Amino acid sequence: MAKRAAPEVNAGSMADIAFLLLIFFLVTTTIETDSGINRKLPPIEESEEDVVIKQKNIFTVLLNGKDQLLVEDELMEIQDLRAAAVEFLDNNGDGSCDYCKGVKDKSSSDNPDKAIISLKNERETTYKTYIAVQNELVAAYNELRNARAQAQYGKSFAEMQADYKDVNWPGNKERLKAKIDQIKIDYPQKLSEVQQ
Amino acid sequence: MSKFKKKKSGDMPAVNTASLPDIVFMLLFFFMVATVMRQNTLKIENNLPFADQVEKLDKKDLVMYIYAGKPSANYTKFGKEARIQLNDDFASVKDVAAFIAAERASKREELIPFLTTALKVDSDANMGLIGDIKQELRKVNALKINYTTKKGSVLGRD
Repeated sequence: MAKRAAPEVNAGSMADIAFLLLIFFLVTTTIETDSGINRKLPPIEESEEDVVIKQKNIFTVLLNGKDQLLVEDELMEIQDLRAAAVEFLDNNGDGSCDYCKGVKDKSSSDNPDKAIISLKNERETTYKTYIAVQNELVAAYNELRNARAQAQYGKSFAEMQADYKDVNWPGNKERLKAKIDQIKIDYPQKLSEVQQ
Repeated sequence: MSKFKKKKSGDMPAVNTASLPDIVFMLLFFFMVATVMRQNTLKIENNLPFADQVEKLDKKDLVMYIYAGKPSANYTKFGKEARIQLNDDFASVKDVAAFIAAERASKREELIPFLTTALKVDSDANMGLIGDIKQELRKVNALKINYTTKKGSVLGRD
């Protein structure tokens, strides 16, 4: 028997099959979103003593059922909220904060450590608006922290945090952590939500 | 003389498509690797709001997802008000505590303090529902939460 060469398999349709699979995966792929605003809820146990906070140290933000914003008893648009919050936090009324650039208004907050933002919403408020307000308030803190980090260490707070998370960052992580914590102490995020 | 003339003959040569399968396979492998299969089948509309001050959730296995939104087109018999979805089914506020307990039981004990609850809520839901969920979470001491959002500007988008 003469040895016969095996006939070659026709690979012409391979591209078609690959295309079919490709289109399947293209259609089923969903780019998952897993980023968001992190928050910490207050623990439920009631503290015994009532903490007395001066009215001037509280920045009240009210969101009503029609998604209108009332800030310090004045109607406000969301785009103005960030600047107003920055001004309040950085006010430095008692002059004890030497890095603040505020106007030292006696009737506004004493220093960033004492300043508290209080957010109250109603049941009818839409989630979208609530997130927008949360976002603006977090942005106000981030803005101040970035400015502080830039002045102190020549790098913005966001960059420092990115470096800290980066595995390949060559610097000293413990020192960086200390710097980050220091800035968090300089501008502590005191954002309280009123329970209905 | 004819030697040179020969080359001028006829039509344009056909484009060689022999490498087409290779290219397609390359794309195919990319999408196969990048695809994340959805864990839960959503029965609700889940159009997340936009925010730009976001942080990334890095440890995916330490996240518990709570969805909320109004029932999607196939499930309108469940009403038009926003509902909670846990795992693959609608749930009420009361079920949140049990869900958190079940999720905690499925994780290793030393990881439990690091668990985060991600709230994936439709942008048109109202805060009453979210407030109830948050109250339930406080009761079971699941205090780390994350409002999952899309990345983008909060202003000027509806």
